[in-house]
Amino acid sequence: MIRKEMIAMLLAGGQGSRLGVLTASVAKPAVAFGGKYRIIDFPLSNCINSGIDTVGVLTQYQPLRLNTHIGIGIPWDLDRNNGGVTVLPPYEKSDNSEWYSGTANAIFQNMNYMEGYNPEYVLILSGDHIYKMDYEVMLDFHKENHADVTIATMPVPLSEASRFGIVIADEDKKIMDFEEKPKEPRSNLASMGIYIFSWKVLKEALYAMKDQSGCDFGKHIIPYCHSKGQRLFAYEYNGYWKDVGTLGSYWEANMELIDLIPEFNLYEEYWKIYTKSDIIEPQYLSPESFVERSIIGEGSEIFGEVRNSVVGAGVTIGKGTVVRDSIIMKGAHIGENTYIEKSIIAEGCTIGSNVRLGIGDEAPNKLNASIYSFGLVTIGEDSVVPDNVSIGKNTAISGVTDKGDYPDGNLASGEVIIKAGDVI
Amino acid sequence: MKAIGIILAGGNNSRMQELSNKRAIAAMPVGGSYRSIDFALSNMSSSHIQTVAVLTQYSARSLNEHLSSSKWWDFGRKQGGLFVFNPTVTVDNSWWYRGTADAMYQNISFLKKRHEPYVIITSGDCVYKMDYNKVLDYHIEKKADITVVCKDMEPGVDVSRFGVVRMNEDARIIEFEEKPMVSRSNTVSAGIYVVRRRQLIEMLERSAAEDRWDFVTDILIRYKNMKQIYGYKMKEYWNNIATVESYYQTNMDFLKPEVRRYFFQEEPKICSKVDDLPPAKYNVGSDVHNSLIASGCIINSKVENSVLFKKVFVGKNCVIRNSIILNDVYIGDNTHIENCIVESRDTLKANTYYCGDNGIKIVYENNERYVL
Repeated sequence: MIRKEMIAMLLAGGQGSRLGVLTASVAKPAVAFGGKYRIIDFPLSNCINSGIDTVGVLTQYQPLRLNTHIGIGIPWDLDRNNGGVTVLPPYEKSDNSEWYSGTANAIFQNMNYMEGYNPEYVLILSGDHIYKMDYEVMLDFHKENHADVTIATMPVPLSEASRFGIVIADEDKKIMDFEEKPKEPRSNLASMGIYIFSWKVLKEALYAMKDQSGCDFGKHIIPYCHSKGQRLFAYEYNGYWKDVGTLGSYWEANMELIDLIPEFNLYEEYWKIYTKSDIIEPQYLSPESFVERSIIGEGSEIFGEVRNSVVGAGVTIGKGTVVRDSIIMKGAHIGENTYIEKSIIAEGCTIGSNVRLGIGDEAPNKLNASIYSFGLVTIGEDSVVPDNVSIGKNTAISGVTDKGDYPDGNLASGEVIIKAGDVI
Repeated sequence: MKAIGIILAGGNNSRMQELSNKRAIAAMPVGGSYRSIDFALSNMSSSHIQTVAVLTQYSARSLNEHLSSSKWWDFGRKQGGLFVFNPTVTVDNSWWYRGTADAMYQNISFLKKRHEPYVIITSGDCVYKMDYNKVLDYHIEKKADITVVCKDMEPGVDVSRFGVVRMNEDARIIEFEEKPMVSRSNTVSAGIYVVRRRQLIEMLERSAAEDRWDFVTDILIRYKNMKQIYGYKMKEYWNNIATVESYYQTNMDFLKPEVRRYFFQEEPKICSKVDDLPPAKYNVGSDVHNSLIASGCIINSKVENSVLFKKVFVGKNCVIRNSIILNDVYIGDNTHIENCIVESRDTLKANTYYCGDNGIKIVYENNERYVL
C-alpha cells in the first residue's frame, strides 16, 4: 500500500478580491510575481525543496490559468508515478453537492484523496504568500514536541499585531490561546496560515466539524482542537514572508526584489524557485534604451527607459517611453513616448503611444477606495488603453477601452473603467 | 510523419580553437539561451518527426547533460523518442566512429528496425529553422535518391570550409567538391540530407564493405553520377558555427531585429532545456545598449553590442563591448572586455583587461570563484 509520511494540501481557490482587477479573470495564486513567477510557485517550490512530492492543489475561483500553469507538475518535478501534483476542484456528489465553502470544508471534501496516500502528517498551505520555508524543519519540530497540530508563526511588530491572527504560547512554544485580530494583542506571534496536522487528529476534527457552515481552519478547526485539549505548538519562522493580499503589499513585495541585495533573494543557488517557462529567449535592450534598478523577464524587448520596475517576460516597451516604479506583466505591449509611473499592468495588456499613466494628484477611488489606493494605476489582464490619453492615480481599468471612454482624453484620479471580468 | 531524424553531433573542429576544448560543437551555446543542437532538435520536433537519433562522440559530456531529458523538445513519447548513440564496443566492432557514414553504419540496427520510409540527416552545428516536410515533398516530387539542402552564400564569403555544389537547370547536383581551395560556385551544402531509409542502409553497408567511412566524400560525391542527387535551395537564415569567426558572427546576428523576429517571435519557436534561473537584474550603474541578456544575469555596469548568456555577473565600472560572454561567467569590478568570447564558468578577477585587437580573442581563465 502507498504510504507517504507527509502530503501537502495547497488552498488555491480564493479570488483575492483585494487585488481588484488583477484577479478579475484569474485566481490570486496564479497572479504573476517578480518578472517570471506566479504566486503559487513559492509554496510549490517550497514543497519539492522540502522533500514533499505529493501535493493536492484545491482550486475553485477561475481555475483555468492555474490549471494550465500546473499541468502535470513538470516544472516542480512533481510529475510522479506515485504522488505528484493533483488539481482538486469541487465536484458533484450524489447528495450534498457543494462548492468549497471554507478552507477546512475544502479539505474535508477531499478526504478520499488524502486517504489514498495514507499519510502520517498533512501540511496545509495557502497559495498567496511569498516566502521560502523548509517544511521538513517544521515537521521535525512537530515530531519533537509530539504535537497534534503545529502552526507556523512569525514575530511581527506589536503595533501591527492587531492585523493578524495572534498565537499566545508558553516558553516551550505550546499554544495557550489565540486571538483573531485583537485590539490589544498579548503576543506578537502571528499565524502564517500554515499548519501541520497529525493525520488522525485532522481527520477526526474534520468529521466532527463537517456540518459547520463555511468551516475554516483558523475560525473552527484550530479552536476545536484546542478545546479538546490537544497538543498545539507554535513553530517560529524568522525568514522573509510577505502576504501579497492587497495591491499595496503586492506592489511593495515586487519592488523589494529590485534592491541591491534583496531581503528575498531569488539569485541564491540554494532553494530555487521553479516555474513554468514558456518564453526562454534572451531579452534585448536596444541602443537607445536605458535600464536601471529593475528586473526584466525573458524575451522582452526594451527600446525605452525603465527605472525601479519589475518587467515580466515577452514585454515590449517602445521608443521614448519611460517606465518608473511599476510592474509590467508577461506579454504586455507598451507603445512609444508613453509615460508610466507607479502602475501595475497585468498580462497581455496593450498600452498605446503618448499615454500618461499615474499623473496628477491623488483622489480616493470611487468604486472601492480600500482596494484601489496607494496611488497606483491598476490595469487588468488583456486590457487595451488607446493612444494619447492621460490617466490619474488610484485608478483601475479592465477591458478593451477606446477614446470614447476617456472624456477629453482623461481619466481623472480615483475613476475606474470596468468593461470586462468579475470585479467587485 | 514519414521520416526519422539523425543528427550528427560527434564532430570537433580545430577552427573553434579553445572553445571546443570543453565540448562538442553541437553543445556550443548560441543566441543567449540556446545550444547549437537545439535548432536541429526543434526543427525535427516542429516537423513532427517523432524518432530522432543523435550521434555523439567528441567530448560529449556537455551535450549529454543537455540531452538528459527529451521533454524540452517534446520527444520522449511512447511512439518514437530521442536516442543518443555514443560509440560503444560490441562483439564485432571496437572502433570509434571513423566518419559520419561509419557513425550511422555502427547504428544500422536502429535504421533497420524503424518502419518510416525516409531519413532526414542533419548536423548539430548549424543555426536555422526548417520544416523538413517541405524538403521531403520536394525529394518525392523529384524522385530523387538523395536530396541535399543547399544555401547560396553571400558573394565574398569564404566557402572553402563547406561542401560546394553546382546544379543543372533541373536542380540535379552535377558538381560536389568538399572544402575546395578555389571554387566556381558560392552554393554550399547546408549539411541537411533526405534519403530513403532502405537506400541509406544499402549505401552504408556497401561503403563499410569497402572501408569507406565518410558520408560526403564516400557516398555523396562517389555516387553523384550514378544516383539522382538533387539540391534543394533554402532561402531563409542559415549559418554554420564551426569556426570562431562564424560562431561570433552568428551570435551577433541575433542583435539584428529581423533575425530576432525570425527566431524568437515567429512560430515555430526554438526549444531548449529550461534552467529555472531568475529574471535578469539591472542594478545602479547598469548601462546596457544593443545587447542580448539572458536570464539569471546581474548587471552593474556598461554593456554594449554584446550577447550575455545565462547567469553572467558583471561587476561595477566594467565595460563589455562587442563581446560574447558564455554561461555562468563572473566578471569582477573595473574589467574591460572588448571583441572577446569569454568561455563559460570563467571567473575574471577585478581590474582585468582583455581586448581582441586583430579579430576575436578567446578568454579562458581558470580562477577560483569565491562564493559569498
